[in-house]
Amino acid sequence: MLTRRVAGPAQQVGLAIWARAAGTLAPPRNTEFALLQDSDLAVFDSILGSGGVITDPHEVDPYNRDWMGKYRGRGRCVLRPRSTAQVSALLRHCSARRLAVVPQGGNTGLVGGSVPVHDEVVLSTGLMTTLLGFDPGSGALTAQAGAVLATLEAAARERGHAMPLDLGASGSCAIGGNVATNAGGIRLLRHGPLHGSVLGLEVVLAGGQVLDLLSSLRKDNTGYDLKQLFIGSEGTLGVITAVAIQCPAASPATSLAYLAVPSFKAAQQAHGVLQAARQNLGELLSAFEFLDRESLEVAKQFLPGARDPLPGSDTVIPYTAQAPFFLVVEIAGSSEQHNAAMLEAFLESTMGEGRVLDGVVAQDSRQAGEIWALREGITEALRHRGAIYKYDLSFRVEEMYGVVGAARERLASAYPSGFLGGGAGSTAGSDTEHALKVVGYGHLGDGNVHLNISAPRYDAGLEALIEPWVYEFTAAHSGSISAEHGLGRMKAPCIGYSKPPEAVRLMRSIKAAFDPQGILNPYKVLPPE
Amino acid sequence: MRVLVAVKRVIDYNARVRVKPDKSGVDLKNVKMGMNPFCEIAVEEAVKLKEGGSASEVVAVTIGPKAAGDTLRTALAMGADRGVHVLEDGEVQPLAVAKLLAALTRREEATLCMLGKQAIDDDSNQTGQGLAGLLGWPQATFASKVVVDREAGRASVTREVDGGLETLSLKLPAVITADLRLNEPRYATLPNIMKAKKKKVDTVTAQELGVDITPRLKLVKVEEPAKRQAGVMLSSVKELVDRLRNEAKVI
Repeated sequence: MLTRRVAGPAQQVGLAIWARAAGTLAPPRNTEFALLQDSDLAVFDSILGSGGVITDPHEVDPYNRDWMGKYRGRGRCVLRPRSTAQVSALLRHCSARRLAVVPQGGNTGLVGGSVPVHDEVVLSTGLMTTLLGFDPGSGALTAQAGAVLATLEAAARERGHAMPLDLGASGSCAIGGNVATNAGGIRLLRHGPLHGSVLGLEVVLAGGQVLDLLSSLRKDNTGYDLKQLFIGSEGTLGVITAVAIQCPAASPATSLAYLAVPSFKAAQQAHGVLQAARQNLGELLSAFEFLDRESLEVAKQFLPGARDPLPGSDTVIPYTAQAPFFLVVEIAGSSEQHNAAMLEAFLESTMGEGRVLDGVVAQDSRQAGEIWALREGITEALRHRGAIYKYDLSFRVEEMYGVVGAARERLASAYPSGFLGGGAGSTAGSDTEHALKVVGYGHLGDGNVHLNISAPRYDAGLEALIEPWVYEFTAAHSGSISAEHGLGRMKAPCIGYSKPPEAVRLMRSIKAAFDPQGILNPYKVLPPE
Repeated sequence: MRVLVAVKRVIDYNARVRVKPDKSGVDLKNVKMGMNPFCEIAVEEAVKLKEGGSASEVVAVTIGPKAAGDTLRTALAMGADRGVHVLEDGEVQPLAVAKLLAALTRREEATLCMLGKQAIDDDSNQTGQGLAGLLGWPQATFASKVVVDREAGRASVTREVDGGLETLSLKLPAVITADLRLNEPRYATLPNIMKAKKKKVDTVTAQELGVDITPRLKLVKVEEPAKRQAGVMLSSVKELVDRLRNEAKVI
């Protein structure tokens, strides 16, 4: 088994205490940062002109709140530049004044990384949405950082290509934020992480210097590959203002199957469905996702328009209605007929062996869209249900679901009634909408599980029960405490569970080299010293 | 009671439709195709009638080239018992479709014909009505609810009309066309897809059915709708009033 160095026990104890105190509680404000003055607003106004600076508290509010409603900052002003030159001028002023800044794209992050912790100035890329170029020969797409992923996907599709990433938030998330957080999503299985598909970046450093790395060459081995540092830096090293990204040719034909499997083991292990898919569908395989029954139930109940593809009423196998796991398997190739033949042969053999209980094959794009909406809508459905404790973990594929079962056991023993004690939603009984619910879903092909604990409200006692236990569990199983969401504010104190002290020290010196005053997205990614 | 349900292979509703440069029609090369959504609803309803005991057999019919056989298989995977494929490579217009279906209805001795209200490719909305006329049967189009009383030999059909809901009572045999809200078509499950491969499909030609399908209508040209001009952002109410008055001349 692979082992990974983790922080020693002594350090883990220290981290554990901090992690307990952290979570939704804010770390103290760094008093070295200046307070925003009216004179600063005047400078911002002069740089951005009318409409570029927002100070009305009602309009500022959405920029201060994260998507889950878990974190809320007290920023007083939002800057909305349109050009790299404006970003540069703004940062030059902020660094001269030592004003802390939070870069923000679509604000769809799930770890509190894109909103202020205290009174940081929000630098939104919301108006930087221009598609700067598309090279039909190579498929290289260049766009300003605020361009919305779905818009770029449509632009690439029109030209016979596709973006190398896709995620549930594609309708709102910005490409700059995707790169800054090294977003994963459902196409990672096929196209690999952004470290491979991002060709070039333009970044404005904390002092306002513009770093032009906006090459669209596939190969470029000249010195250190600095752009890699910004991919996944979560806005702490510089503000990404433009992105060049490799768009693969779009596959003309995609086919989708939704399968019920008897156990997680049957889905993944040696001779399981995943292995069979890798062997038999090979280069056609474009997504291999899973959801557990609890995820399906939440989606059915809280996602408008969602329906169960396998309602079980007409199935020939009665226990399908109780199947514990479901898979979404997509293949993409050049011919509809070839896809269909490959998929059918694969399904016939896995079903014949009993590794698949039942399933459906989308007969048209409407059905395929419905199945994707179900899988991708779980995150949103959970938000409609209430408070969410969200953990984005990766493990060896064989071990990835263990954490969900362990979390269920832990909660069941602490809350035998299944409900939080005291306050709203505490009454036990038939009101299952308020019950604690542990769900697991994610990218099975990549060993990435989204463990979500849904509760009627955020609760310190519940949080203390989950954290740092979940990080300890992950470290003990050689997993990563953040597979694709990043560390942000939520997990900054916990980096030691997945990275050794020497690596964290090196990261600190890199941060100091890029942003000596620490004004860019403070309190995020790295633990407090 | 035997139900005949017609299914048409059309461009997937999500696919980008491209007009051929010579304006002679729509380019179908490398475009995703699938069953017309209203036909799917008709199949679902027919299968439900069988599951509910009102129908004894569901026969799915398609008219088109060899590839239309895939659409027929989808209908079989959804629960139709057997299929009939009228193999025809050329253009078949709504009147010809109605005549072919009438011939098959007689041959199969069907008591009920279920169709989609229209196909999303040419939006003709004529086939069901034409079929009822040719057979001399009562018709209920745009059905949003269907209840069959087998013993009374009648069907009660609810339709969404402008003012609300209208309910018709028809004497069987009859023709019913399906509207969007009649039902939610099921997914084709793996076991049913496999079973569908073994179901019987008859292949016939228009000639064998004695139907003349020579087109009666001439297609003049197909054009894309005019592109809408991009909008503009105005900076003030004053500017808006000015442009409404002087440019659009509406105030």
